[in-house]
Order: sequence, then structure tokens, then C-alpha cells
Amino acid sequence: MLRFIIRRMIQMVGVVVVLSLLVFLWLRSLPGGTVSAILGEKATPERRAALEKALGLDQPIYVQYWQFAKRALHGDFGASTKVLPGTDAFDLFMQRFPATIELSIVAIILAVGLGIPLGYMAARRHNSLFDNGSIVASLVGVAVPVFFLAFLLKYYFAIKLHWLPVSGRQSAGLGATHTTGFFVLDGLLTREYDAAWDAIKHLILPSLALATIPFAVIFRITRASVLEVLDEDYVRTAESKGLTSRVIRGRHVLHNALLPVVTTIGLQTGGLLVGAILTERVFNFGGIGDTVAQAFEQRDYGVLQVCILMAAITFVVVNLLVDIAYAVIDPRVRTR
Amino acid sequence: MKFARKAAPAAVAALALTLTACAQSDRDTGGDTAKSGGDVKDTITFGAAGAPELFDPFYATDGETFRVTRQMMEGLVGIKAGTAEIEPELAKSWEPSADGKTWTFKLRDDVKFWDGEPFNGEAVCYNMERMFDQNEVAAGGPAGYWADVMGAFKSDAANALYQSCTAPDPTTAVIKISRSTSKFPTALSLDSFSMQSPKALKEGDANNVTKQGEGFGYPAYSKNPVGTGPYKLDKYDEANKTVTLVRNDDYWGEKAKTAKIVFKIIPDESTRRQELEAGSIDGYDLPNPADWKGLKEAGNDVLVRPAFNILYLGLNPEKNPKLKDLKVRQALYYALNRDQMVKTQLPEGATVATQFMPDTVSGYNKDLKPYAYDPDKAKSLLKEAGAEGMTLTFAYPSAVSRPYMPDPQKIYEALRGDLEAVGIKVNVVTKPWNGGYLDTVDNGGFDAWLLGWTGDYDSPDNFIGTFFANLKANDFHTSATSYGAQLSKDLQAADAIVDENERSAAYQKLNQQIMEEYLPGLAISHSPPALVVSKKVKGLVASPLTAEEFSTVTVTK
Repeated sequence: MLRFIIRRMIQMVGVVVVLSLLVFLWLRSLPGGTVSAILGEKATPERRAALEKALGLDQPIYVQYWQFAKRALHGDFGASTKVLPGTDAFDLFMQRFPATIELSIVAIILAVGLGIPLGYMAARRHNSLFDNGSIVASLVGVAVPVFFLAFLLKYYFAIKLHWLPVSGRQSAGLGATHTTGFFVLDGLLTREYDAAWDAIKHLILPSLALATIPFAVIFRITRASVLEVLDEDYVRTAESKGLTSRVIRGRHVLHNALLPVVTTIGLQTGGLLVGAILTERVFNFGGIGDTVAQAFEQRDYGVLQVCILMAAITFVVVNLLVDIAYAVIDPRVRTR
Repeated sequence: MKFARKAAPAAVAALALTLTACAQSDRDTGGDTAKSGGDVKDTITFGAAGAPELFDPFYATDGETFRVTRQMMEGLVGIKAGTAEIEPELAKSWEPSADGKTWTFKLRDDVKFWDGEPFNGEAVCYNMERMFDQNEVAAGGPAGYWADVMGAFKSDAANALYQSCTAPDPTTAVIKISRSTSKFPTALSLDSFSMQSPKALKEGDANNVTKQGEGFGYPAYSKNPVGTGPYKLDKYDEANKTVTLVRNDDYWGEKAKTAKIVFKIIPDESTRRQELEAGSIDGYDLPNPADWKGLKEAGNDVLVRPAFNILYLGLNPEKNPKLKDLKVRQALYYALNRDQMVKTQLPEGATVATQFMPDTVSGYNKDLKPYAYDPDKAKSLLKEAGAEGMTLTFAYPSAVSRPYMPDPQKIYEALRGDLEAVGIKVNVVTKPWNGGYLDTVDNGGFDAWLLGWTGDYDSPDNFIGTFFANLKANDFHTSATSYGAQLSKDLQAADAIVDENERSAAYQKLNQQIMEEYLPGLAISHSPPALVVSKKVKGLVASPLTAEEFSTVTVTK
């Protein structure tokens, strides 16, 4: 197990090095750039040249990369130029990342918490009204664009009914204390329970919007997988042995059916980062997705480099965790 | 794995315990915040379109930063609410010498910075010297407005407009400049040149801008500045995207009417609108012109700012030699049905331009008439010039909305249709605003393109000076024309005239020449941006310079 983890870690370093080079070159090959983003229509050739020189963007690209790599090894990713000028890009990432994690955790809990039981139930009642209805619902979940769903949710629950806030992570005038950057946790830890509740209310709509696609996928995989397992010989054997249906369902059906589901959850969790770009934009949630979109528009190289590399690392780590979970569930993997 | 299963919950519990131990609420428990009486709220919540970059306005160049710092900082020269005109602020009056190079400012004697330091002549000179004396990094980028207005920094003092500042007594500051110019003292109203506490600047090492990777690093002072204004910075909650300002109870002038302002940063326009509809903000900036009507019908006030901008169609005679002929440029102008474009594509209050500046700027020539829509004349001019059926590479930017062009593509389609109607073959080109468009304009890669300008302060030099005075490098490539050198010289001469009336007359004449004799580009339109507030908000005055002050604002419950 340990060797497996170490091997994956080494792979991760390779991924990061190659990716950093690709990201670096790709960003600089895009038309436009930091300089026009900062100067806008006020750019004169003189100001442009002065700013390029001041930012070191007039150097040959291999020199720039060498400088970047040297600094990055010391944990220095440079300062943001436009998203939050002067702020260290890594600090900015760390400050925004909790928002995305908070949102993703709630979304994946919703998706798993609803997807697995509903998928299991649909399979048990194969071809029933409930089964067919759920399939249609999950199809809609995949097909409806996130931004449209977000708009509908906002329109009814925030603007018409006033039940939930329109956007943001916490009401503006609350003056809540933030220590960890996870607003719900912060509220609980500092005993500002109203602030925690406010943060939860802000989480509901965006996490629902973000959860739809993973929910639909997890639901369908669970359903298909349970259907398959129900047909297996060992289930029939268990039934003929006279085991209680509880044991059969729990130990034989669900346990085995969950294997592909776990892989799916892992992939979907990674995919949440992509979904978060849209959801965070629409709900002004201020996480990594929102930050990456903004940094891209404004060609904030430092911030983009950190965010993309860290997102890649997160993806690799999530996959590693999934593999470990897989090993826990499936003894066959452990022995390999 | 067995171990892990048992250990995990214990580890989580231990982690939670440690976190609880170090987390402490630092919230004020209320009580001491001045409660405004009765039916008025003690907080204004306003939806801003972007985050402030930093809070030392000297290193900022964007409106979102100035919106915040304007409530906290003041300059020698202020701006009269609702206009572009200057008025006394920290200076009570000013007087130029006969040659326009020495300016004597009489200062208020009742002003203190928040840290208790007095505002006086010495403080003014400390500020001027601080702005002048920038290191190489700051001079290259962040100190943008000083570079624009003053030309150079202390390291290159010979080329700087600013020369020196002396304080003969506490209520006087004398600023010397190298030549007479229309920018002075108007440009001192720029938020970047606000007066800040010398003590705080010194202690916070405020000038210590460094290069940090591909960005700039700013000293801690930029997060915690000290000014004189009616509001002070309370907190910038970056994670929750809110900036909170609190009233300065020792303010020298009329105290702010509302105790707190919260700027909530909401980049997406439709989300800002939804927040207003839900009642969680009291107003927001830059409503989409298409929404103005609906917002009014829903009972909000749309405050329209007098237009202080210009949209133009740039022309590059170097790229397309046909454009060297004045007749061709005029023909393009006559071909455009700008009345209709303004009516159908721009917000209400937008006007057809008669020159390269709006009527709010001194030096504006009232007598100029717009080039009429006359496709027949356009065709005959093209024929005379032998340019019938000419090809024009005409570009517009995507992924952007500017105050002077809310929807570039629609404006473009209207203008392009007009050009094609007189037989011009238009090569349609579009690039993302910050994805090649601005670069290509600067490199002279288009024959014709849409661009514009929003003025910073009331000076003709800020408009036509910016466009045409720099002969070596301007977007219109006037160096390739027969008139370019003369125009540049005349603009510099007009800028240097000391007498205001004489100067205004000179600029009016230049405006006429530019439009009738030179026509380096086609001035298209002026378009007013707006803010929107709910009916509960009273006392907000829209400013052409987007320099709205919130200290006069009240919000009823």
C-alpha cells in the first residue's frame, strides 16, 4: 500500500513539472496579455514598453520560465497583477480554495446521498413507475445547462420567494469572523451560529446546481451496477442458502455494486472543479472557479499558474484517495 | 487499513479540538455602532462591478478602486458634484503666476488625518515629493496616473512636469511646474493624487513597491491607508468580497449621513440586478442599458451620468493608403447613419459626436455640426477619389462592454451596413478585447476599428491631446499624414496658454480644424453610463467622472 502511494506521489511530481511548462508556454502564446489587461485603452507604446520591462515580460521566454521555476521551487509564485494586485498568488489561491472545497463537499454529499439510495431503489423496482420516473429525472439533470438551472433556482427561491440569498457566500453586513476560510466551520468554531447558518443558506442553491450532473451520473451507474449484481450467481446462491434479505442486500449486492460507483464518484469529484467555474460565476461564490475565469480574462499569469497547477494536484490526490477507497472495498486490489 | 479505520474518527476529533482552541470570534458585539435614528438605515450596501485593487490610490488606475478611495481620501482640488468642474477641497483657493508655472495653494487649516496628524503645507509637499520619488518598478507600471500627467519621475526630473513644492507657512503650498498646461491644477483632482498622512506613509514605507514574479508587490500601507475623508476603511473581507467603510466622526466638513458603506463585489451584471430585486443591495453600478426601462418600471431610480466619453472609428492611412485621401475619409463619414445607430444601439441620452470630446469639456466647439448622413455624397466623394468599391479591413472587439460602447458588435453591424451600402467592401475582423484587439490596434494592424476613451478630468488635453499630440506614437498614425506634425505642435501650443478664455478659443479652433481639414478618424458618439438605486436611496448624485460621493446618501428602511 505504502509503495503504491509513494509511486503515485512520484508520478504526481512528474505531472506537475510537465504541466507547469505547458501552462507557462500556453499562457504566453495567447494573444493579448497582462500589459493590455492592465492598461486597457490607455496603452501607449511607451507605457506598454515600460510596463513590460517592469514586469520582466520583455525577457526571452526560456529566461522567464527559468526564473519562474526557480521561484516556484521556493514556493514563490509571484504576485497577482489584476485579480487582487500585489497579493501573493499562492496566498490568493489558499484564500479562495476553501470556498470551492466547501461548495464541492456539499455538492458531492448531495449527489452521493441522493444518487446511491435512489439508484439502488430504482434497480430493486426495475421497470416500475419509480424506476422510469427517476431515469427521466436524471436525464433532465444531465441535459439542463448548469447556468440555466442556476437561473431558475435563483429566480424562484431568491427573488420571488425570498427564502434564500441570491449570491455570495455570506450576507454583507454580518461582520463574521473568518479563521479557516470555510465559512460554515468558522461560524461553528467561533460560536457565531447565525453566521454559520447564513453561510449554509448561501450554500444551498449553488450546491444544488453543482450537484445535478454528478447526481445524475451516480444515480445511473448505481442503478446499472445493482441490476447487474442482482443477476450474479453468488446472489442466487446466497438466496438459496436462505440468508436474510438484509444480509444479501448489504453484503452481497450493495457492497459489490458499489465498486464502479466509487470510481465514478472520484471522477465526478474531479469534474466538480470544472462545474464550479460556471456555478461560482453565476452565484458570485468567490472560489477557484470564479478566480480562474477572472484571471484568464485579465491574463493574470501568476494566479492562473498557481490555480491550474494546484487544481491538477487536487485532481491527482482525489484520484489517489479513490484508489485507496477502492482497495478498502475490494480486497482483490489490495493483494495486487 | 484496520488501524486507519479506527484512527480516522479520532484524528478528525483531535483536529476539530485544536481548531476550536485557536478560533475566537473577533466580531464587535454591537452596541457601540452609532445607530442612526428612526426610519433611516445605518448602512448603505452598494453592488460594485469589480474588486478594488488596493487602497493606496496613488498606485491604482481603475474605477473600482477609486470608487472606494474617493470616500476616504481628498485632494487639494475637488470635483463639484454632478459635473466635471473642479472646486476647492483641501485647498481653499489657488493662484497661478503670470507664466502659469508657479501655483500657490491656500490650504484649509481645520483638517486632520485620521491618525491625528495635521494637514498643512508640509504635508502637501511630503505627498508631492513622495509621488515624484518612485523607484524603477513603481515608475514602470503602478504609478500610472503620475506618469500620464507629469511625464516623468525624480530619476528623470528634467522631463517631468512637476518641479518642486515648498511650504512657506502652514496654510500655503507652492507647487512649481516646468511649463504652463491646461492639465494644471485640474489633474490634481484625480483620486491618485489624494493627500495621505505623511507619518503613516513614512512608517508604512508606502513607496516600497517591488517586483514579485510577474506582478508587483505592495507594502502593507496599501492595505491600510490614512487619509482625511468622511469615511475610513474598516475591513476588506477578500474571501467574502465585501469592502466595509465606517464614518470618520472627526471629519472636518459635514459628517457622512450614514454610518457605514458596504461595497459588495458582484462582477456579473445580471446577478447585481437580481440582488437589487431581492433587496439585498441598495443600488449598483453599470446596469445594462437594455435593463434601464425594466429597472425604472420596478420602481428604481436610474441615475444617468452625463457622458464624458467618446466612441470613434479609428483609421490607419499607413495600413490602407486609400485612407490618405481626405475625400475618402469624409466619404466614410457621410456614409454613416449615426442618428439611427445612436437611437437604436445606445442608451437614452446618448448623442451623435461632432468632435473628439463631449460637451462637458472646456474647449468644446458648440458651432460644429455633425457630418450628415448622405450616402449619395459619400458615393460621389469616393468616385472623385477613385476609391469606388474599395476594401476596408474594419474591426471590432468581442468579450467586452465599455461605457462608450455597451455592445460593440451591434454598433459595428450598424456601421458596417452603412459602409457596404455605399459600395465599400468590408473585411469583418473581430478579436477579444484583451485577446489581441488592443495589441493589434497599437501595432497598426487594422485599416479601421472601433475604440473610445473615457476622460479622467476636465481638460481638452485629456481628449484630443491624448489622441493626436504625441506625433511619434498615436493610434491614428498621424505621423504618416501631411498635417500630423502641425496638429501636434498646435495642440502643445494650445495646452500651454495660461489665460483660460484664450486657451479655450484655441482648442475650439483646433476642434474645428480636426473635424473639417484633417479628419484623422471619425468621432462617432457619446454614451452615458448609469447607476441604479432603489427608491429608498436619497442623495446620490451621478457624476460624469464616475466620482460619486456617498457621504450625502441616506437609505430609508
